[in-house]
Parts: sequence; C-alpha cells; structure tokens
Amino acid sequence: MRTPLTTVTGAMAVLPETNVNTDAIIPSAWLRSAKADLARGLFGARRFDDAGRERPDFVLNQGPFRSAKILLTGENFGCGSSREAAVWALARFGIRCVLAPSFADIFYENAFRNGVLAGVVDEATRAALAAAVDRHRDAPVFTVDLPGTAIVGPDGDRHTFMVPPHRAGMLIRGDDEIDLTLRHLDAIERHLAKAKLERDWLHDASTDTRQYP
Amino acid sequence: MTPDHKTSEHKTADPSVTGPRSLFDRIWDAHVVKRLEDDRDLVFVDRHVLQETTSAQAFEGLARAGRRVMHPELTVATQDHIVSTLPGRDEGTNPGGTELLGLMRANTAAHGIRHFGVDDRRQGIVHVMAHETGFALPGCLLTCGDSHTSTVGGLGAIGLGVGTSEVEHVLATQTLAITRPRNMRVTFDGALGRGISAKDIILHMIGQLGVAAGRGCAVEYAGPAIRALPIEARLTICNMSIEFGARLGLIAPDDATFAYVRGREFTPTGAAFDRAVAEWRDLVTDPDARFDRDFTIDCRQVAPQVTWGTSPQDVAGVDVAVPDPAQFADHRRRDLAAAALSYMGLEPGTPLEGIPIDVAFIGSCTNGRLSDLEAAAAVARGKRVAPNVRALVVPGSMSVKREAEALGLHRIFENAGFEWRDAGCSMCVSINEDVVAPGARCIATSNRNFENRQGLRSRTHLASPAMVAAAAIAGRITDVRKEMTA
Repeated sequence: MRTPLTTVTGAMAVLPETNVNTDAIIPSAWLRSAKADLARGLFGARRFDDAGRERPDFVLNQGPFRSAKILLTGENFGCGSSREAAVWALARFGIRCVLAPSFADIFYENAFRNGVLAGVVDEATRAALAAAVDRHRDAPVFTVDLPGTAIVGPDGDRHTFMVPPHRAGMLIRGDDEIDLTLRHLDAIERHLAKAKLERDWLHDASTDTRQYP
Repeated sequence: MTPDHKTSEHKTADPSVTGPRSLFDRIWDAHVVKRLEDDRDLVFVDRHVLQETTSAQAFEGLARAGRRVMHPELTVATQDHIVSTLPGRDEGTNPGGTELLGLMRANTAAHGIRHFGVDDRRQGIVHVMAHETGFALPGCLLTCGDSHTSTVGGLGAIGLGVGTSEVEHVLATQTLAITRPRNMRVTFDGALGRGISAKDIILHMIGQLGVAAGRGCAVEYAGPAIRALPIEARLTICNMSIEFGARLGLIAPDDATFAYVRGREFTPTGAAFDRAVAEWRDLVTDPDARFDRDFTIDCRQVAPQVTWGTSPQDVAGVDVAVPDPAQFADHRRRDLAAAALSYMGLEPGTPLEGIPIDVAFIGSCTNGRLSDLEAAAAVARGKRVAPNVRALVVPGSMSVKREAEALGLHRIFENAGFEWRDAGCSMCVSINEDVVAPGARCIATSNRNFENRQGLRSRTHLASPAMVAAAAIAGRITDVRKEMTA
C-alpha cells in the first residue's frame, strides 16, 4: 500500500525544453549513496553553481516555484539513464505531478511506481498551461484532478490530460504493483514449469545457484 | 507514451494468434505470463542482472515488505558503476564507493544471489559480463536496472532496462509488468566504408531519426550491413537503442551468434545446446510482418561520426563543420542546438576535425569489448599520446582485460602513453573517481554526451574506438581514415 494520490494542488513550474534527461534531473553526484539528499539534488547542476549557491535564473529558485508541486515540460521528458532517483528527487522536492506531451519509457514506469503522476498533455494544452503560468507568476496555483483527468488553472480554466485508466486507479488506490503481481503467482510458476519442460536449455543446471557458490 | 499509444491495439500478444510475426513478437510471446490492463503484459524474466547503484533500495524495499527473492538462481550481480578502475583495486580503493559496494555484497549474500564482485575474475560491466559468461542467451528475456540492457539484443535476446522499483519487482516475482512495445525496424543498406564501425552507423542513424524516434518501440536492426557485423559490433548497435528512446533493440541470431555463444560458462552444453540452436534458428521476422515504424539507412556514404552537442542526435561526419543552429527548421531543436554549442564552447562553422581535446576515454558497455580495444590499438601502435592529453583504456570486463593482455594490446597502449586500467563503467557515467575536469573536453567511446555527464561542466564528444585513439595521438579530433595505412 502506498500513499494514495487523487489531487495535486500547488504552483506549476515550467521547464520548456524538450528531451530533458535524467542526468539533468538528478546528476550522478547524488547517486553515490543510498542516503543522499535527493531533494537538494533535483536539477542540482542547474539549480546550484560550483560553490553550491542558487542560480537565480533557474525556475525552481524563483518565488512561488521554490515550492512547486507540478512540473510542466516538453516532449520526451526523462530520457537517458534509467536512474529512478530522478523520480525520487522530484517526489522529495514535492513535485507529485509532471505534465508533458510525452515521456521516456523508463521514466514513465518509474514515476507511477513512486506515486508520481506522469500526465500526457497535447501540444495545445501545454502551450495554454504555460501561458496561464506566465499570466499568474505571483500565484501560479493549479489543481490536477486525477479521477477527473482535469487540470484547473488560476482563472478557473479547465484542461485535460491523458493517463491509462488502470494506472490512474492504481495511484488513486495507492496500489502496490508487487502485491498485484503476486496475485498471479500460480500463473508465474506454471509458466516457469512449462518453460523448464519446453526450453530446458534455458533452465538447465547452469543457472542453479547451488552449483556456483 | 504518446497519446496514440494509449489507444493502440496490439494483435499478436496472444501466443495462440497466428499470422506474420516479427522477431520481437516471437520472443515476447514466449514470455507472456498474463495480459494485464492498459495494454500491459506480465512477462517472465529468464535472466536478471544487478549492479550496485540501482539495487540497494530494491533490497531495502524487499526487507520493508518482508518479501523474499523468488528465484535467486536466475539473478547474477556485479560491481561496475562505482568501483575504482585503478589496476589492482579492491572495494575500498574508491572511498566514495564503499557504501554501495558493501550493500551489493551483503544483499546478494543474504539472498543467495551469485556475486561477481571486484574479487571475482568474471567482474565487469553488466552489459559485458552478461553475455560473455553465457548468462544471456538468444531468445531469453533479460532485465537489469540500467538503461543499456538492450545490449544483449545483439545476440537476439530481449534486454529491458528498468528502474529500481522494477528491479525489486523482478526480485520478488521474477516478472515485469510492462507495456508491450510496438514493432520498429531499421534496415541498414550497403557496406561500411574503410575506418567505419558499428558505432559510426548507429550514431549516424540517431542523428537522422532523432533522440526520441524509438520511444515505446522494440527495434529490430536488419539489412546487409547488420548481417555482416561481427557479434561484438552487433552488441554495440543494440547498446545504443536507448539513445534514441527505444525500449529495446534486437538483431536476429545466426550461425555467427551460435558460434559466439557456444562454450561459455553458463551456455548449455551437448544435446541441450543443439536443442537451443534448433530453437534459435526460428528467431526470425516473417517476410510479411508489419512494423509500426520502418526506416532505411544507407551506410555507403557514412563518414566517421563525432558528436558536437549535448545529445546523441547532435552528431555529424568528422569531415564537416559544427552546424549553425539556424539551419534547424524546428525552433525547439534550434534552441537546443544553440544551448548545446554554448555549453560545448564551440562556434558554428568550426571544422570538427581539429578541435583540441584534453581527455580520451576508451571503454564502456558500448565500446569496451576486445574488438573495440583491437581497433583502438591498431591506430595507437607505435604512436604516442599527445602531450597534455590524458588517455585511458578501461576494458569492459576483467575477462576482456585478460584476453587483451594475452594479445599484447596492453603493451601497445602503455607504450603509447595510455593508462591501462581495470574493468568498470568509469568515465562513461563518472560516478567513481574517473571524472573529466570542469570545462575540459573529452572524446569518448561511451554513449552519452549530456551536460555534466562526465563531471561538472565536462564536454563530451562521442566517437568510435579508432576515432578516439586517433584523437588521443593527434591531441585533437581527427579523421581516422587519414591515420590508417592502406
């Protein structure tokens, strides 16, 4: 059981570029320990200079965006490295929803596994949301309503996003993916038993750990 | 994960459905345990590989939930990312790595998982160790918490790179719940010119198709140029699949594959091997199989490639100049190119050939195999690394290192002034102490030229092993074809 997610309300930060990679989201300097301060590491190389001082031109160092809850960004967000710390860093910073026209596959999976909503918006919606943020830079507060697949802006304007229905349900209920899969335990073991018969070359003694301590 | 993906229907997930199938369909269908909601499949994971920087939290999660590892015999672990590559290193040589290396050792011991750590002769980068031990086999489905897991596609295996939650999921269930990828094919026509390697044609392809072209897709690489490639070069091709966003890459296995796989530690032997080969011969794409995306690349005119920007799609032949961002029609690509040139410290119109370099790195899961080192050594033989250039060769595994030393390659490199190091990811991911200094320019055989990838403000140019060796000696980017004796 994970913390359920139904709505996200808060400031929406905009990172307009496309193809933002996970090295940028969480630089490798924050991957050297299982106990690293990932909230500080989020966009670390872009947020801080070599001396660790904030770079004032980066959006997450500006006014209400310092406590952003929603990130609006460009196509193919989260490409590159599989590092799940990219999602952990977003979540620990407080961002529980990322909206983009598309996501890199591994990032997309990682997001849902950590209770972070990756919502797909079309290009027109992305542009409209970015414009709304621009008009309300002092209080760019939006609400993402997951059951309603709606985004409500500061002017009461409504937009939609796309999320596969079962994934949405999993977030809303706080389902644990492993729990769900373990319901199919019999089918998994049946598959392995069949494979051992039909593809003995794949499951012969060479993979028996007892022979290779 | 595009809007059209959500509504896409796939027709071949049910193994009982007949009709033309791709190589990918054949392997995937044999692994589907159950169809799930949202067009996802629960697939069985035959082989699971662990590395130390993406598994600690997975074991933590297992402990928290009181779960066990369901099939420890189907997982192997190694230490590659954060290990020191200093010759003769141990777990403590890089003090910054001891926490994660210690956790890998302790967690695998606690769960009965084989661990090929720095004290094991099989230690190496996950995507080199997996196939050279015979743990990865054609037709198998393998996962690893690392995005370059698609490398084993070079043998005709499905390799899926996943995050840490999915590592935990595989440990706990031996399955993965995953969106079925769509079929994509890239056909490589023509023969490779002199001095052109697998790295050059895959970089050229990424430059042509773009960094997101493969998103959501299983990509089959086909055509005469692919069929002519030796196995290690096919591994290089499939390794780079993630660099254009693909879920995985595949090349149909053939006699060269079977010969490569035979006789390795975990490869089946005797009659079991013969049964395996009989099955592997069926791992082909039907002539009338349909692909959602289908591209052709002409290899005939491809020059040695080198990247000029901060994305693998920012690539060109070494014989041209740094592009003017204004030449890109798409305004977003234009903005990205301008930012990339500013980061790289390059002016539009500067010939790529002649750009001075500070560091030359030969290694990684992309180009750290024996044939890669041979290609670099052929260029370095009898030469000297330019003054003020740090050049290092990091074999992809300790097995590769031993094989190279048996051929005397280490002497060629050492005599030329290259460092000859122990195996690991090293300067590809720069999580250990192998880091490029701020502002320094590195030409590398690795796979990512992202900002800050090789160290804060590091500047990376991706190229083939021969190109990197040539640049190390010249002290600047150079066209390796001019260095080769006919």
